Amino acid sequence: MIRAENLSVHRDSQCALSDIDLTLEPGRLLGVLGPNGAGKSTLLGALCGELKPTQGQLWLDDRPLTQWTGPQRARRLAVLPQSSTLSFAFKVQEVVAMGRLPHDGGQQRDAEIIQAALEAADALHLHDRSYLALSGGERQRVHLARVLAQLWPGEGGQTLLLDEPTSMLDPLHQHTTLQAVRGFADRGGAVMVILHDLNLAARYCDRLLLLESGRPFASGTPEEVLVPDALKAVFGLEVLVQRHPERGHPLIIAR
Amino acid sequence: MRVILLPRTLFIVLSVACLLAVWLSLALGPVSLPLMDTLRACLRLMGLPVAGDHLQQAELILGQIRVPRTLLGLAVGAVLALSGVAMQGLFRNPLADPGLVGVSSGAALGAAVAIVAGASLGGIPEALAPYLLSIFAFAGGLLVTGIVYRLGRRDGQTSVGIMLLAGVAMTALAGSIIGLFTYLADDAALRTLTFWNLGTLNGASYARLWPLLLVCVLVILWLPRRAKALNALLLGESEARHLGIEVERLKRELILCIALGVGAAVAAAGLIGFVGLIVPHLVRLIAGPDHRVVLPASALAGASLLLFADVFARLVLAPAELPIGIVTVFIGAPFFLFLLVRGRT
Repeated sequence: MIRAENLSVHRDSQCALSDIDLTLEPGRLLGVLGPNGAGKSTLLGALCGELKPTQGQLWLDDRPLTQWTGPQRARRLAVLPQSSTLSFAFKVQEVVAMGRLPHDGGQQRDAEIIQAALEAADALHLHDRSYLALSGGERQRVHLARVLAQLWPGEGGQTLLLDEPTSMLDPLHQHTTLQAVRGFADRGGAVMVILHDLNLAARYCDRLLLLESGRPFASGTPEEVLVPDALKAVFGLEVLVQRHPERGHPLIIAR
Repeated sequence: MRVILLPRTLFIVLSVACLLAVWLSLALGPVSLPLMDTLRACLRLMGLPVAGDHLQQAELILGQIRVPRTLLGLAVGAVLALSGVAMQGLFRNPLADPGLVGVSSGAALGAAVAIVAGASLGGIPEALAPYLLSIFAFAGGLLVTGIVYRLGRRDGQTSVGIMLLAGVAMTALAGSIIGLFTYLADDAALRTLTFWNLGTLNGASYARLWPLLLVCVLVILWLPRRAKALNALLLGESEARHLGIEVERLKRELILCIALGVGAAVAAAGLIGFVGLIVPHLVRLIAGPDHRVVLPASALAGASLLLFADVFARLVLAPAELPIGIVTVFIGAPFFLFLLVRGRT
């Protein structure tokens, strides 16, 4: 669980993010939307401690984020960056095993978790391949498995932050990835995910935060946030919003 | 890339190679010693009651020349290889060389100052005079690495990209100052300087050996403890931080290890290139990139490779001796090019 109050981040004396109040609650999946440069990644950087907030308070569970020590924090909070630069020929299962570094639960338990995380990310068949031989999308799924393994199973309200986990994935794996993330939240994890695909956000997220120029423009359920006026104002995009014929969530169609 | 050997097999192979290299290094040279004589003389040197009064000459050769030389080769090889692993981990690049942060060129600069201007530096205690070269080389390596590290610091973070560029610039600067000292040097100093730059295990003595052995033991004991953290660092600095690694501390420790290790190795044996680059690379090709295997295996492989190169350098022009730096670079540079070409396809 992460709680942020009145969070602001300045970069080069410019305001990159301000007035952020949010709580990532166990069992809930928060989607962050916004155009390029709206401050989505800055928000993620601030929530995980990579960027120092110029103002505001930040708690991980019941303690200020800055008071956590490295391994302790790593057992409660995991971050999936947009892309990783690994140029050594580790096997896929070795990359995922790095997610178990902060833990000492024993080899047997780690092996089970690595297997479960790989399965959740639909990457189990890759486990013996060299990371360098994988495509961009496959690598992204391996890193998803790594951060899932770091917090597995997520029943204790651990927090997972993901930066565009579907950016390089084919349509099927965009869904399997978000299903894995959804599963993590359903087991009790607290999740924030940055997305660009409005329909994926509508389908999988409990709540959405729409950012514009570093400020929250709207937040609420997908039904409340994904309305034509807001999308026009933030993205400059004319859309029709309909109901998904089978699932009932909003379906966004560009006009 | 496929793992060719399991770690246990690799360690057995490398240990055998290392023992073989030690034996060759002890037995071969201007006076070749039979295997049993080498063994017996070594045991007698250790004070064990082994029969063999005819071994006095062998004992003398081994005790005075070949044992310190072999120990020097083992330590230099192990330390250079481990520094290479640390450097490649720090820069997250399998083609990084320990010379990148300027430690080698700084040591070379220190050595040039000591060789050319050492005699004219007044007030050096008599006892320190024989170690002047080593001390200057070691200090030069530490100093230049310190400057490069300082330049790479921004807002409490170390930027390895800036360190890389600063290392290139400092290496060039050190090179120009070495050039200046070369220009000022007389013929005798010039010869010493040239040979020192080529690297040699010749003239190893216990007195020059023990500081390097100390550093070597420290590095060998410490680096493997950080093997898992080094693995995580390869993912990226922020990824490692999110896995609970204290990245800034790890980077400081790695830089210190490289500066101490390469500084001490260069101070003891001159510039011996490419060991730190190709040994970790070979080990990774054979056993994969996991530092829990790569670190100890590189230490063994580096020590063996350097001894084999030294034996070759001793024998190829016997009774004259080729500087070992020529041998390692002659093998290493084409191998590096091979890796580059292979990586492109």
